[in-house]
Amino acid sequence: MIRFKDLTLGYGSRTLIESLTAEVKRGELTALVGRNGTGKSTLLRAIVGLGERQKGDILLGDKSIDSLSTAELATTVAFVTTDKVRIANLRCRDVVALGRAPYTNWIGRMQSGDEQIVMHSLEIVGMESYADKTMDRMSDGECQRIMIARALAQQTPIILLDEPTAFLDMPNRYELCTLLRRLAHQEQKCILFSTHELDIALALCDSIALIAPPQLHLLPTAEMVSSGHIERLFTSGIVNFDPATRSVSIK
Amino acid sequence: MQKHRFILFTLLAILLVALFAIDMMVGAVGISASEVWAAITGGECDPIKAKIIIDVRLMKAMVAILAGAALAVSGLQMQTLFRNPLAGPYVLGVSSGASLGVAIFILGAPLLGVASSPMLSSLGVAGAAWIGSAAVLALVAAVSRRIKDIMVILILGMMIGSAVSAIVQILQYMSNEEALKSFVVWTMGSLGDVTTTQLWLVAPAVIAGLTIAVAVIKPMNLMLLGESYARTMGLNIRRTRSLILLSTTLLAGTVTAFCGPVGFIGLAIPHLSRIIFQDADHRTLLPASMLTGAVALLLCDIVSKLLTLPVNTVTALLGIPIVVWVVIRNKNIV
Repeated sequence: MIRFKDLTLGYGSRTLIESLTAEVKRGELTALVGRNGTGKSTLLRAIVGLGERQKGDILLGDKSIDSLSTAELATTVAFVTTDKVRIANLRCRDVVALGRAPYTNWIGRMQSGDEQIVMHSLEIVGMESYADKTMDRMSDGECQRIMIARALAQQTPIILLDEPTAFLDMPNRYELCTLLRRLAHQEQKCILFSTHELDIALALCDSIALIAPPQLHLLPTAEMVSSGHIERLFTSGIVNFDPATRSVSIK
Repeated sequence: MQKHRFILFTLLAILLVALFAIDMMVGAVGISASEVWAAITGGECDPIKAKIIIDVRLMKAMVAILAGAALAVSGLQMQTLFRNPLAGPYVLGVSSGASLGVAIFILGAPLLGVASSPMLSSLGVAGAAWIGSAAVLALVAAVSRRIKDIMVILILGMMIGSAVSAIVQILQYMSNEEALKSFVVWTMGSLGDVTTTQLWLVAPAVIAGLTIAVAVIKPMNLMLLGESYARTMGLNIRRTRSLILLSTTLLAGTVTAFCGPVGFIGLAIPHLSRIIFQDADHRTLLPASMLTGAVALLLCDIVSKLLTLPVNTVTALLGIPIVVWVVIRNKNIV
């Protein structure tokens, strides 16, 4: 679904990812892991057309992102950023309704079909009872779910999320990733999210994309565990990764 | 919800009409409601009073409505564009930019010995104000793209204001008495100085600005979530920015050019609309700000006439409490 062709990313003279050729598949939940500053956000932003790339191409479906207009991109890929949206008087229902923007007219008039999609999106993330609450009176986890509902309302085959589990407590992290997994499998969406939670990624994701600068390795989870890439990347002077138990321990 | 909103809009509209009527009656000469009606409908009325009503008060009330709506909408657009609850044409130095343009024109034109007809000089004042406010807006917009800190932008606005007043003082020092006087009068801000000739310039410019504002309602709603989200939902951000900046320049620049720097309406009114309507949707906030702005400036005009104060001081006294409230409520913005 998302195909990288000889893709090189970076800024200035610094190269983050070099000559990447890989495919993120439809109907799968893929985690993007890597250490701080290795280009996880840069890669995600490049896929949604928010960032520059130095070389190569990104294909969504079978079209290059260069050949897609802003409007076409908006109906192909939805993005959940790390930005906190805490606006007074802005109701959850209205935030999710903004996801319908690529389909509504010049002033954003909602048809009854649009309203149904908004309510359905809220139901999927389990937030239908929050529809009339305002965004400034909700917890981080609740806000995150609303932003995901907004992405769902955009009805795109691809959804990208930048560190959706940051700021969430432990049960919320697992619940959120289980939700993403269900969406990928049941709605046949292609979902790629960046995260620092290695244990969650290994437990719930179908594939793992691991950035070991300047390479990106994309493998099914089981193969990734046995490949040795994780040990090489995350083992340092004080922590150690054990592929047998899939866990990190302190030396 | 829908019904609630309809009632609020109706109440505001009634308030607007009532204040408009009161504004006609209040002034140096008190005129009764029946006399006002007679003067407007061409009935039997004291010719002097009729002249006051038609030439002075009607004009001034119309200017108040246009200016109030224009300033409120420009404030709303700036708050959304800069994602900053404290943005407004006055605070970010847009009015100062317009003032500088006008100062250069009023004080500088005589120095250069430019002869002027009323229409030409009105156009000159307007043009100078547009250029001045557009320059400041472009500067603030450019800086805010790189620096996301709200306080930096506000301090920048203050610094622009201070720099402008310094330059204006130099110009004042160099100017002759006549030009100086007309400039000082201009800075006091008045809704009554707009002549019929000027109204033909103010009204189309403000209406054009408001029309653009209506056209960017959906983009502004998308921008509530920030630039990244707006772009991934299909928004052409560059086009939206340009349109908003153009509209704000037309609205704030024109009003500043002919009414002087009118403070705090642009900053306070959008917040007042948010409080009244409990909404963040620009489809509600834009008309709400227009109505509330018009109502507020009519009210300020009535108060300023009753107490014989410049309208500037009244808008400041009315607006500052709201601004303080916003600052306190957003104390975690930094």
